Amino acid sequence: MSKVYIALQDNDVSRYIVEAIEEDNPEVRVIHNPAMIRIEAEGYLVVKRETVEEKLGRDWEVPELHLNLITLGGNVDEDDDQLSLSWNS
Amino acid sequence: MAAKKLSLKDKYSLLTRDLDWEFSYQDRKEAFPFEAFEGIKITDWSKWEDPFRLTMDAYWKYQAEKEKKLYAIFDAFAQNNGQLNVSDPRYVNAIKLFLTGISPQEYQAHQGFAHIGRQYGGVGARVACQMQSLDELRHVQTQVHAMSHYNKFFDGFQNWSHMQDRVWYLSVPTSFFHDARSAGPFEFLVAIGFSFEYVLTNLLFVPFMSGAAYNGDMATVTFGFSAQSDEARHMTLGLEVIKFLLEQHEDNVPIVQKWIDKWFWRGTRLLSLVGMMMDYMLPNKVMSWQEAWEIYFEEAGGALFKDLARYGITMPKYAELVEKEKEHVSHQTWWTFYTHGHAAGFHTWIPTDEEMDWLSEKYPNTFDKYYRPRWELARKLEAEGKRFYTKALPQLCTTCQIPMLFTEMDDPTQISYRDTVYKGERYHFCSDGCCDIFKDEPEKYVQSWLPVHQIFQGNCGGPGVEQVLGEYYKMNLGADNLDIKGSPDEKRWKQWKGVA
Repeated sequence: MSKVYIALQDNDVSRYIVEAIEEDNPEVRVIHNPAMIRIEAEGYLVVKRETVEEKLGRDWEVPELHLNLITLGGNVDEDDDQLSLSWNS
Repeated sequence: MAAKKLSLKDKYSLLTRDLDWEFSYQDRKEAFPFEAFEGIKITDWSKWEDPFRLTMDAYWKYQAEKEKKLYAIFDAFAQNNGQLNVSDPRYVNAIKLFLTGISPQEYQAHQGFAHIGRQYGGVGARVACQMQSLDELRHVQTQVHAMSHYNKFFDGFQNWSHMQDRVWYLSVPTSFFHDARSAGPFEFLVAIGFSFEYVLTNLLFVPFMSGAAYNGDMATVTFGFSAQSDEARHMTLGLEVIKFLLEQHEDNVPIVQKWIDKWFWRGTRLLSLVGMMMDYMLPNKVMSWQEAWEIYFEEAGGALFKDLARYGITMPKYAELVEKEKEHVSHQTWWTFYTHGHAAGFHTWIPTDEEMDWLSEKYPNTFDKYYRPRWELARKLEAEGKRFYTKALPQLCTTCQIPMLFTEMDDPTQISYRDTVYKGERYHFCSDGCCDIFKDEPEKYVQSWLPVHQIFQGNCGGPGVEQVLGEYYKMNLGADNLDIKGSPDEKRWKQWKGVA
């Protein structure tokens, strides 16, 4: 299975998004580079609105992810509750 | 009772798909005249998927927020004299190359997407192209704004727009985009949206930008990451385009594969500039070009092509050759700029001892064997007061327009030359990849505006190189060009820092 990845700007909002991702995807690998945080997973990774809201302590819409997003790899599927990344092989 | 909020999917369908209309008195084929001539077959535009389901109202809302964050950082950077906090004045030269080489191409991408956004029969594709066109315009604007601060303190930032379609090395990225923009709408989208954005721009906007942060340049890292957050959407669009074309008709598969092969090769040639920026122009280094290539092309691109294998798509042609090139191209490219440093609009230099040791460690198979001896020779000549600048104008590859600087990968002391004859004229190339691209569309590439040919034909002023550089390119000779040692940039930096 190939790796999917997402990279976020290293800031106060991303820190909570990363916590949420780690909670929902226990197998991810988190890599800190200057000014950015890269998160990799085998084949599938999901960012769930509910978990992010719980970590942030406020409402959060999935498209808000774009404000802190740097890049990603994988087929994207987004709806009101989550954004997922996956490869089919 | 408050109105029920629409779900993302419903909103997308109402505010995007629902904007289209049936044509009652006009023929659709006449309304979208460019849609068919490339041989691409679209059977059902409604199958187009936009995974982000972004609508125009949400687009403005989030883009406005990104801009506010970005401009707050530009203000802080300027008010805090951020130019004094960069690692080393050499670093700023990477930003000069960014402004002159890359930012104008953002504008070309804006024009290209505005054009093709009109050419598709499917409304989903039209809306996505409209957004991307606006994004690209935002990128060129924010880049110019960010770097205008450096223009107050350093040489080489003043004439980027004039230089874009004149200077020998800037013709490389400029002609890349001219090639894409003069292709049909589907080739443009595969070229820029897929091959460039999905497979290659990560290399520029992710590791290089992280490097900018590591060198104290908060303005650049912020515009870079802000732009790349749009690119994440563009990459997703690029991938959806490929999947859409491949699912629409099996006849599309060989056409798309040919475009992937072509634009992957064109892109890797273009990125040799980025390789040199990472390995030689960032004083504080995050990762080598080879490491970045392995993460963002071999690993990420490999995953992508494995995913596309079910459609019959294979790894781009010459991917095996490029695997060898990752250990060589940055060294060969920087050496070329060093030896042509009198004709560059930025400063060049010999790497320090510490930097050479880093390069040996990162490139154990190649640096000490092939490249360290060159730098040691350059250093010896410099110490004797004979800093080397070549007197000759280089021969250019007709396709990528890069000087013939790349070697055979199995013999890194032999320059790679290819040639072909078309209608009685001989054309020269840096590689089989570039030669194949020419042979497939010779009528297109025989029209290339090759800067060295143009100089020899007398179309760029002259007769001497100094007049071409000073009068035609509008470089400030003695300030913008030559070695960093003894440059006005270096003198000012020492004054600011209070060192002799």
